[in-house]
Amino acid sequence: MLDVDITGRLGALDLQARFASEGGVTSLFGQSGSGKTTLTNMIAGLTRPTTGRITLGDTVLFDSEQGTDLPVQARRIGHVFQDARLFPHLSVKSNLTYARWAGRREGTRDLNEVVDLLGLRHLMSRKPDTLSGGERQRVAIGRALLSDPRLLIMDEPLANLDQARRNDILPYLDRLCVEAGIPILYVSHSIEEVARLSNTLVILSDGQTPAYGPVAEMLARTDLGRATGRHEAGALVSGTVVRVDTQWGLTHVDIGGAVLQIPDMAAISGDKVRLRIRARDVALATEPPRGLSIRNVFEADVKSISEETGPYAEILCSVGEQTIRARITRASVTDLDLMPGKSVTVLIKSVAIDRRQRSPGQPLSNEVSL
Amino acid sequence: MDFLTLQPAEWQALLLTLKVAFAALLVVLPLAILVAYVLARYRFPGHGMVNALVHLPLVLPPVVTGYVLLLMFGRKGPVGAFLADNFGISFAFNWMGAALAAGVMAFPLMVRPIRLSFEAVDPKLEDAAKSLGAYRIVAFLTITLPLALPGILGGAILGFAKAMGEFGATITFVSNIPGETRTLALAIYTATQSPSGDVAAFRMTLVATFVAFAALIASELLARRLRRGIGGGHA
Repeated sequence: MLDVDITGRLGALDLQARFASEGGVTSLFGQSGSGKTTLTNMIAGLTRPTTGRITLGDTVLFDSEQGTDLPVQARRIGHVFQDARLFPHLSVKSNLTYARWAGRREGTRDLNEVVDLLGLRHLMSRKPDTLSGGERQRVAIGRALLSDPRLLIMDEPLANLDQARRNDILPYLDRLCVEAGIPILYVSHSIEEVARLSNTLVILSDGQTPAYGPVAEMLARTDLGRATGRHEAGALVSGTVVRVDTQWGLTHVDIGGAVLQIPDMAAISGDKVRLRIRARDVALATEPPRGLSIRNVFEADVKSISEETGPYAEILCSVGEQTIRARITRASVTDLDLMPGKSVTVLIKSVAIDRRQRSPGQPLSNEVSL
Repeated sequence: MDFLTLQPAEWQALLLTLKVAFAALLVVLPLAILVAYVLARYRFPGHGMVNALVHLPLVLPPVVTGYVLLLMFGRKGPVGAFLADNFGISFAFNWMGAALAAGVMAFPLMVRPIRLSFEAVDPKLEDAAKSLGAYRIVAFLTITLPLALPGILGGAILGFAKAMGEFGATITFVSNIPGETRTLALAIYTATQSPSGDVAAFRMTLVATFVAFAALIASELLARRLRRGIGGGHA
């Protein structure tokens, strides 16, 4: 779908990026200053790479050897900018339809459909400066969607919003990612957003792309600690809701090999859900402990132990088809005599899986392959 | 109040002044917008040179500007001769010459505020417009130009006022011919040179003040409407 293999330069940053994605939501993840915006601008055609090739489906967007460099207008890439960039002198409606009246893009998508998808009906005659930050971003997303794009680039659409506004807009993004029907390149430095929304994860670090692949696989990798952020490291597991316990406010999720009990997540039996479990919230034991408040206790096999010199070790455990990631001290690894292949008991506090780490997104099966 | 009644020659001077000023504005404004946009948005070798050239009439003595115009656009001047031979257009000692002088003198005064207002418009908005399929000229006409309109209006008013009052370059380039190049400013000057011209000079001074004042009020009202349009509220 989207194939990128380019080098470029902007200021002091040397960019060397290579990744491929097969559609769905591809997240471009990296810390501030890692070159995310530069890379998306190159894909969009706003900045010129030095060498390389970018293709989108059958269309060559850029090829330094052939001398191809499609202008921005011809790339048909919807671009949602971090700062929304709504046109301040135009109404919300004129902003939304700009691509039709100024860009000559007929568009197959129905205006009303997009307006309803993003909840913009009551804002149509307003001017951008009377909108809240979240509303502005929703209009920007709608405007990009209505430009008949072959790819939607979303450059940190939530970065300038406070947590309350983010929570307002995330459900719209969930729906968008499922219903848009076009590939999305989602740029973020928040591992939570990435885990919640994406199928494929591309890691960008100091202008390089050291790794890319299916999101669950990438989050489980322990060799990317620096790029993904050690503190927030965790594994992504997918499961099916099997029981909603209204008495105790718990939702039971079968992840294949174990059933997790997590705080009420507004889902019904049969829903496919995605949970992110942070490595630091997972504890390991060599025998089932007794008299414990922790509700999620299950057997797993140690898959790998990261070799590190610091106080911590990252342990990957497999439960059925899925991987759980645990961070414990190296001292514990020695004390418990952990090694690959050994059976352990995994302990996860239910309350550690909080609302923001759950999403009604697509199941992780049928993932994009490398 | 009899002394306030304009004489036919004074009416003629007023109408001629308005004609000259509007003609100058009409021709020079698009050019000022173009030059202001290029100076605001692009960096190129010679940027400073172009900028200095644009502002030259502002710092040169008007007589010098008028004399340079005479040398270039006069009947024997290179540009003047070329235009006369090929298009039959002459700027020598007629109202079009007066408009040319007024336009040249007004040009830097128009470029400055227009350039500032272009610089105040975020160039990233044009990137957004382009990503939505708009070509550069369309992005300019639908985004940057409307957002810079208050500044363009300000520049136009300033230029119009300058064109109305232009004196030195006009009298040097096209002389002081009644009905052809004698604008209000030149007519007032002429009146002050005559021993019995005091009343006429005073009358025309009132007229000039009134026109300038009306233009200022009109521009203020228009600017307020524009700002409301950009600022928010309804579409």
